[in-house]
Amino acid sequence: MAPIMFLSPVTMAFSNVSKKLLMSHAGFICNSSLIQKCHQSTSGSQHYDIIIAGGGLVGTAMACALGSAKVLSEKKILLLEGAPAKPITLKDTYSNRVSAINHASVELFKHLSIWEDIRGHRVQEVRKMQVWETCSDSLITFSEDDLSNPVAYIIENDLMMWALSKCNENIPNSSVRYSAKIKDYAFPHSSDVNTPEVLLETGEKLSCDLLIGADGINSKVRSKMDTMVERTDYNQMGVVATLSLSDPTNNIVAWQRFLPDGVIALLPLSESTSSLVWSTSVEKAKSLIGLTGDSFVDAVNEAFLKEFPSNPFVESLLKNLNLSPGTDKQIPPSINGVQENSRAAFPLGSINVSRYVNDCVALIGDAAHRVHPLAGQGVNIGFGDVQCLADQVAKAAYQGSHIGKGAHLKVYQSERLYETLPKMKVIHFMHTLYKTSFTPAVVLRSLGLSLVQSMPLVKKQLIKRANS
Amino acid sequence: MNSLRVPLIRDGLFQTGAADSHKKNTPRPLEGLQIVDVGCGGGLLSEPLARLGASVTGIDASADLIEVAQRHAKLDPALGSRLNYIHTAAETHVCEAPEKYDAVVSSEVIEHIHDKNFFLEQCVKLLKPKGSIFLTTLNRTTESWLGGIVAAEHLLNLVPKGTHQWELFIQPVELQDILEKCGCSTKLIHGMCYNPLTDEWKWSKNVKINYALHAVKAESN
Repeated sequence: MAPIMFLSPVTMAFSNVSKKLLMSHAGFICNSSLIQKCHQSTSGSQHYDIIIAGGGLVGTAMACALGSAKVLSEKKILLLEGAPAKPITLKDTYSNRVSAINHASVELFKHLSIWEDIRGHRVQEVRKMQVWETCSDSLITFSEDDLSNPVAYIIENDLMMWALSKCNENIPNSSVRYSAKIKDYAFPHSSDVNTPEVLLETGEKLSCDLLIGADGINSKVRSKMDTMVERTDYNQMGVVATLSLSDPTNNIVAWQRFLPDGVIALLPLSESTSSLVWSTSVEKAKSLIGLTGDSFVDAVNEAFLKEFPSNPFVESLLKNLNLSPGTDKQIPPSINGVQENSRAAFPLGSINVSRYVNDCVALIGDAAHRVHPLAGQGVNIGFGDVQCLADQVAKAAYQGSHIGKGAHLKVYQSERLYETLPKMKVIHFMHTLYKTSFTPAVVLRSLGLSLVQSMPLVKKQLIKRANS
Repeated sequence: MNSLRVPLIRDGLFQTGAADSHKKNTPRPLEGLQIVDVGCGGGLLSEPLARLGASVTGIDASADLIEVAQRHAKLDPALGSRLNYIHTAAETHVCEAPEKYDAVVSSEVIEHIHDKNFFLEQCVKLLKPKGSIFLTTLNRTTESWLGGIVAAEHLLNLVPKGTHQWELFIQPVELQDILEKCGCSTKLIHGMCYNPLTDEWKWSKNVKINYALHAVKAESN
């Protein structure tokens, strides 16, 4: 009885939320203050101080972070989004696109005064993570002492998008233009222009002192920059779905298992719902999408629970080194259903960009770096870019510098490269290490995992690093 | 060097009370203040001060440099009318604008000047009572000869050869003495150190090569 009684007020609260969201968003679309917010420049183009290309999570957060900096309150900010304006509705059912949000991202949300809003809706705390594999019994768990504090939060992307859009809407000097199709860019380093220019499909020309590319993995801004792009295709797809648990449980653990052909992760959403992120071969992903609901559920349960023959050499090695996992290992909850229409697959790849900035131009988020989802770091690294770039631009402005020219963009670049490159290398290394059952690789990863598992201080450092 | 000298001027003017403390951390912290940049050159320091809201007059004895400065300022329309350049000498400008300014800034200028007493006298005459003078320059030490001339001009080619005459460099104590005679009390002397590898300037306790000075004019002479 208890769980049902608990659920119904939540559901009711959410119906109200959905209505509120629709209404507040309607105001957002009708925002006609664009004209006041920019001035006509001498060349006939509309001039803004900052233009952000790409109104996704990271681009919108960028607009909010810049717009809420007091020293930038007179800078006119324009966010260009290619998609048409659409109201964000948070349904009672969970969306299949969720993110594991770390503490640094939560700090950004707090700074933007949207954390209470987000948490007031639905956020699932992750108190513990368990990572294990198929070829040996080695495993690793991450948690704060006594499970007292969350190690991460599972949040629907739609919910973050809603809160960020609302935040941006309340910033007087920031505006959004939807359905903005960009035809071309001209940048100072390569064209005869003093500041970046944006040419829209409509023929309209915009100019700005600083252009920020938040336009994702296939960034058009990046293609016009003087930068080198290193792509890795994992020949994998990520399958996502919203799953219901067989029995309601105190759902505070995130589960991740490395499989011979990929990684499967189960992220808690509520007492009876979890979100699936399964990276696997392209063929397998396609077949998973085509399965009936019941067969899909069976496949998920099997992936988490199936015992594989473990590598005897590694097992005896771990035993002799006294590194056997013992009683640490827990069994993930069993799944009994998949939410209708929640299954989707998307290609996985990673990109690494040699430089994030040019004169008056900067890249953030997936436009600058994309990682395999196995560490749940993608959007967190993007939010880290947002915080760092906003700080640098504010500092430069308060020093009287031109916000697009000067050393601050280079400082942004070096700080972020220093922060993200090691993370990208580690994530790529894990992917490579776990896709094989080759004995030396199994030894290396099992020993590594078991050693770290037996060293609480090292684990603390890892958690700290993943949260920065 | 702007990452050091602009905050020095901005925060110095908050400290003396010339800038309104309510304007701290706002887009135009120096709004309402009149600043003259003596020996402004291409406007490297004048522009940021104008962006911070001050009304800046840049003066230089070189007509060519004033033209460069004016052309550069046009690239940023946001500077607007807050920035004016005049081709004139300090002593001439004193006749036009005596005691007009809340602050006089003169960056990397005095080490080129023979009659420092006369030059600083003119600078102080441009200042309102209680106004601030900010100077950055090179000390006259063995280190500054090695760093400012041997390294910067001959080894690293940071500035053209013959830019500096070491004999004209001035020690902080000497500068402080002259300013004292002009009715200004020195509030702060700070060393600045340049790292050619990272192309960054940092504050330093060491005043043996580059240093900055902030002095305040007495209420009435």
